[in-house]
Amino acid sequence: MTPLARSLRSTAFRLTLAIFGFGAIGAAIVLGLVAFQVIKLVNDETKQTISAEAESLLEEYEAGGLRRLARTLSTRARSPSGALYLLTDAAGEPLMGNVSQLPPTLNQDAGFGETPYQDSGGAARRRALARVYRLPNGFRLLIGHDLGDRARIGGVMVRTLAVSLVFFAGLAALGALFVARRVLRRIDAMNRSAHAIMAGDLAERLPVSGSGDELDRLAGGLNQMLGRIGELMTGLREVSDNIAHDLRTPLTRLRNHAEEALRGGADECKSRAALTRTIEESDELIRVFDALLMIARAEAGADRSGVARLDLSELVASVAELYEPVAEEKGFALRVNAAPHLSLEGRRELIGQALANLVDNALKYGAAPPGEARPSEISIEARSEGENIVVEVADRGPGVPAEDRDRVLDRFVRLESARTRAGSGLGLSLVAAVAHLHGGALRLEDNAPGLRVRLTFPASPT
Amino acid sequence: MRILLIEDDRDAAAYQVKAFRETGHTIDHAADGVTGYDLAYEGGYDVLIVDRMLPKMDGLSLISGLRAQHNETPALILSALGQVDDRVKGLRAGGDDYLTKPYAFSELLARVEALARRRPKGAPEDTVYRVGELTLDRLSHKVTRASEEIALQPREFRLLEYLMQNAGKVVTRTMLLEHVWDYHFDPQTNVIDVHVSRLRAKIDRDFDAQLIHTVRGAGYMIRDPAR
Repeated sequence: MTPLARSLRSTAFRLTLAIFGFGAIGAAIVLGLVAFQVIKLVNDETKQTISAEAESLLEEYEAGGLRRLARTLSTRARSPSGALYLLTDAAGEPLMGNVSQLPPTLNQDAGFGETPYQDSGGAARRRALARVYRLPNGFRLLIGHDLGDRARIGGVMVRTLAVSLVFFAGLAALGALFVARRVLRRIDAMNRSAHAIMAGDLAERLPVSGSGDELDRLAGGLNQMLGRIGELMTGLREVSDNIAHDLRTPLTRLRNHAEEALRGGADECKSRAALTRTIEESDELIRVFDALLMIARAEAGADRSGVARLDLSELVASVAELYEPVAEEKGFALRVNAAPHLSLEGRRELIGQALANLVDNALKYGAAPPGEARPSEISIEARSEGENIVVEVADRGPGVPAEDRDRVLDRFVRLESARTRAGSGLGLSLVAAVAHLHGGALRLEDNAPGLRVRLTFPASPT
Repeated sequence: MRILLIEDDRDAAAYQVKAFRETGHTIDHAADGVTGYDLAYEGGYDVLIVDRMLPKMDGLSLISGLRAQHNETPALILSALGQVDDRVKGLRAGGDDYLTKPYAFSELLARVEALARRRPKGAPEDTVYRVGELTLDRLSHKVTRASEEIALQPREFRLLEYLMQNAGKVVTRTMLLEHVWDYHFDPQTNVIDVHVSRLRAKIDRDFDAQLIHTVRGAGYMIRDPAR
């Protein structure tokens, strides 16, 4: 696009044209109406003057005949009032007056008419409003009035229109300048930011002037959107970094087992055992992978499919029932205390998995430390607290030190004491992601002694 | 049992064909959706194993196409998409079971065998299951072994019911989780094993013949010892 074409397409130019166009049309209409009224007024007054004059001249004629009329006419014709007179005989031959001849367009008794005329003195052609009267003797008398005043008024109107057009042109240019400087400059700035973001600078934000106008609100909304996109991108990058890092370890083990199986050679027992471990390792890898995928999906949120109203009390009872035999076998007392009919909107699978992870964690790490007299115990509670539904899974184990309570929610984080036991370090991350997805929260607290995990969901979706 | 495998991954297909033949089943293989549809439409198969992503016609369209033609051959969908929503879509399209890749062959085999045993839709189900001297009455919820009544918890009853419904066949832990608990998530620990061993204690402890067997690396099976 050439610079000229661009400036012709620009909003500033179009705005200039629009302001100018509307202003000019408005001025023309107003001035036209005024001119029409003024001309009508001038015409009416002129006609009244002519009629009054005719009346008085006819009275003269009736009182003193042609002679007296002629005398009056010659007096009046000489006065510079702009009044026009012409007396002709019945055939139309001029007898006396300040007009050279009877205009052919004006027939006698045809009412008022406008006509060009030549005054008897000079050659200038002028316009007049005039009327021809017939005298009782057949002579004709033209009485008229010069329209020079009217023409002058018209001239004033045209000049006024011209001046106002100049004024509107100036106003339009000023308006365009304002828009160009204030609004378009901001839009251009936003556009530049958008291009910077597209070019990969995700930290860039649209400028906000602080005036709180529509453009600011638009920029604010878009900035929030960019912030959310940035969060998701960061999350995604973290996930892929972690996957790359943490899947290497089990993959290496998998490879080692496979190599061991090959080396086993003739000893079938050895190679079978190695192969079994290979399969176990790959199953474990798949579990980690599934858990990561689930966390990523839960953290990404957005997708509303699968969300339904569910009875959390029922789900808590059912998960507890699933784990009850294992708990008993491991020497835990499992106590469940769920208020009836706690209902919330969510994904049953994810919340079920989260509860299972919490109970499973309590079973794995929540046994009372050896040498202490207290019995191992897991308590699951679900109740409604104001706007929220709270699920707590508490144990009497060693607990988690206060400084580690945030850290253990991160992916793949395992405390030193747990390293020797099976696990991927993803359990609590998933619970946190599920809580987040449902607009809730996960908090680790001191159960004095032991760990209490507190999972909060809003009863009605946010 | 005649199986039709519709799978475009040649390696995976070759492995499955070999494995199913070793277990004594007849299996045909189609490498794309259209060929698979034609073979399945001609009928004569007990079970279809359909990969979800196929060239020419995707697995879900294939199954819903067959169902529209009133072909009700049980179909198991294989897919790399393992989220709950994905499996719901698959079952909605007319699939009868859904298995996420990668999977253990024993899991696939158990599920395919369970599908092949399915009664045609609408056929009445047995109200009483019998395995040897063990009887389970689905209406009165009464379980007896050698005319001795055994008291079971509701969940234990459903566990036994599902095992007996598939008597003589392997039932995997995931199948039990899905059918008895309606869970499609991973319970982490060996919870199912503990439930089964409790059930086994009630069913088998006082008798010489074991009915509930653990199949190593696969799952469980209830079986009449006389056969």
